[in-house]
Amino acid sequence: MNAPQSATETPDAAQDTVWVETVPLIDRIPRSVQMAFVFVVFVALWDVVTRSGLVSAIILPTPWETARDLVFVGRNLITGDYMLRALWTTIKEVIYGFALAIAIGFTLGVIVGETAFGERAIMPYLVAIDTMPKVAFAPLFVAWLGFDIHSKVALAAFIATFPIVVGTAAGLHAADANARMLFKTMGASRWQTLIKLKLLTGLPQIFTGLKIAAVGVMAGAITGEFLGGGKGFGELIRVAASNLNTPRVFSLILYLSIVGLALYAFVTWVQRTFVFWHKDQVLRGAD
Amino acid sequence: MSTAAAANPMPGVTAGAPVYELEGVGKTYARNNLVALEAVNLTLTKGSFSAVIGSSGCGKSTLLKIMAGLIPPSTGRVTLQGRPVTGPRRDIGMMFQQATLFPWRTTIDNIVLPIEIRDGKSAARAARDRARELLELVGLKGFENVYPNELSGGMAQRAAICRMLITEPAVLLLDEPFSALDELSRDFMNMELQRICRSREATAFLVTHSIPEAVILSDVVYVMKPRPGRIAEVIEIDLPRPRTLDMMTTPKFGQLVDKIRSRLDKEAFL
Ligand SMILES: Nc1ncnc2c1ncn2[C@@H]1O[C@H](COP(=O)(O)OP(=O)(O)O)[C@@H](O)[C@H]1O
Ligand SMILES: [Mg+2]
Repeated sequence: MNAPQSATETPDAAQDTVWVETVPLIDRIPRSVQMAFVFVVFVALWDVVTRSGLVSAIILPTPWETARDLVFVGRNLITGDYMLRALWTTIKEVIYGFALAIAIGFTLGVIVGETAFGERAIMPYLVAIDTMPKVAFAPLFVAWLGFDIHSKVALAAFIATFPIVVGTAAGLHAADANARMLFKTMGASRWQTLIKLKLLTGLPQIFTGLKIAAVGVMAGAITGEFLGGGKGFGELIRVAASNLNTPRVFSLILYLSIVGLALYAFVTWVQRTFVFWHKDQVLRGAD
Repeated sequence: MSTAAAANPMPGVTAGAPVYELEGVGKTYARNNLVALEAVNLTLTKGSFSAVIGSSGCGKSTLLKIMAGLIPPSTGRVTLQGRPVTGPRRDIGMMFQQATLFPWRTTIDNIVLPIEIRDGKSAARAARDRARELLELVGLKGFENVYPNELSGGMAQRAAICRMLITEPAVLLLDEPFSALDELSRDFMNMELQRICRSREATAFLVTHSIPEAVILSDVVYVMKPRPGRIAEVIEIDLPRPRTLDMMTTPKFGQLVDKIRSRLDKEAFL
């Protein structure tokens, strides 16, 4: 169907059949511009709300105050002052907690995913513990391990272990019947099947578990600091909040989220490197 | 009776020495108490090509798995090259409907996987030259270092053939290997399969749904009947070798196909 005016303009048939694909406006704008737009709108709204006196400055600082405090905290971090030491403490808790969670979670995951005994006798307990609100264990960890970094590492690891167990156990079941049968025809031992087939096939699920754990380990460390004191970033946040220094709380949270993001990005990077082969279908067979 | 096959296993095909011998092989799956196979007797001679055809669920895969040593039979015994089959063996090569190449390995690393599993990494490295020759044999030269998700369905099955052949098995057990391919590739792959079997004097046993495929490839076709699975008929295919796709239009071919179809039709309503 050609519009009347274009019919008079171009009589040749080829012109009529050209079907120009219309790209929606939203696809023509770069993603970065769209994200910047959201950011600007968000800050503008924030500014209006705080400036108009709708919300008290103690509850919500203005964007400007927050920015100024961000610079202050950033300077303190760069010059290696007490905030950097606090941040380093928290980073250590996160790293140790994550490493511990990986070691325990992976081992338990293999036991539960590979052995019938683990699946029948151990998994139900893990599921039961996983459904508990794990932060509630924080006072226990403090009582057992003290106010130092250990209790925070323990809580962080405790929270992060379960997603790794679940991811590993699920991953070990991901290899399909054909692949298992093929390994059997090749005379593969149980160990070979585990290493060369099941773990590799399960890597996507294992990494999904690791990513959830990376988020949880952060939450665990900070919760541990809130409830058990210490010298970490969580303690700085707690002190700032009790002094009603809201801009400080905001900027500390922002810097903390950079640590969380970095950990998440690291796990994603490792995944991209090792699971380069993963398309949507795991095994290639017939089309 | 179903023991017709036992009385005279493979009339006419007596050329080679027996390689595979099945005596009274039966299988009852304990899980659901299902008799999947009952008293199967058959003998495959060296260098022969046999096909087994039958409706879905009549026990073809079960038979193949028992022959491959993947599952134990409930009754009877299987002997390969004079030794009883009690588990997977390297003189047995197997292929399934799915190519099942592992996406984290290049094509050549997929092909040497059976060697890596049986003899270790260094043996697998030593087998790479042989793997390259096999890739050339199936027309995949130059695809050594390509990852499987870049291969088409037909190419993946060809790589699976190489993986089956790398251990130089004496017998090939093929469970509907090309049934997931389109018809054109399938005819082509069947001719390739024939060429490979002839060049290596391999004994082949093919499970298929397709009567023409069974006829064009085989010396003997076993017709299976279900509930319980058993070999009901042994049909000898005396078309000359090598077989060509042109033979599929000859009256003789048509007669053989019709004969097998009539046997299958009868059984389908029992
Ligand atoms: N592991 C198993 N446990 C129980 N029953 C099975 C099992 N494998 C196959 N069967 C049953 O045995 C019969 C034969 O199956 P199968 O050998 O796969 O047939 P085919 O390959 O001819 O389609 C079917 O009825 C199937 O449901
Ligand atoms: Mg089958």
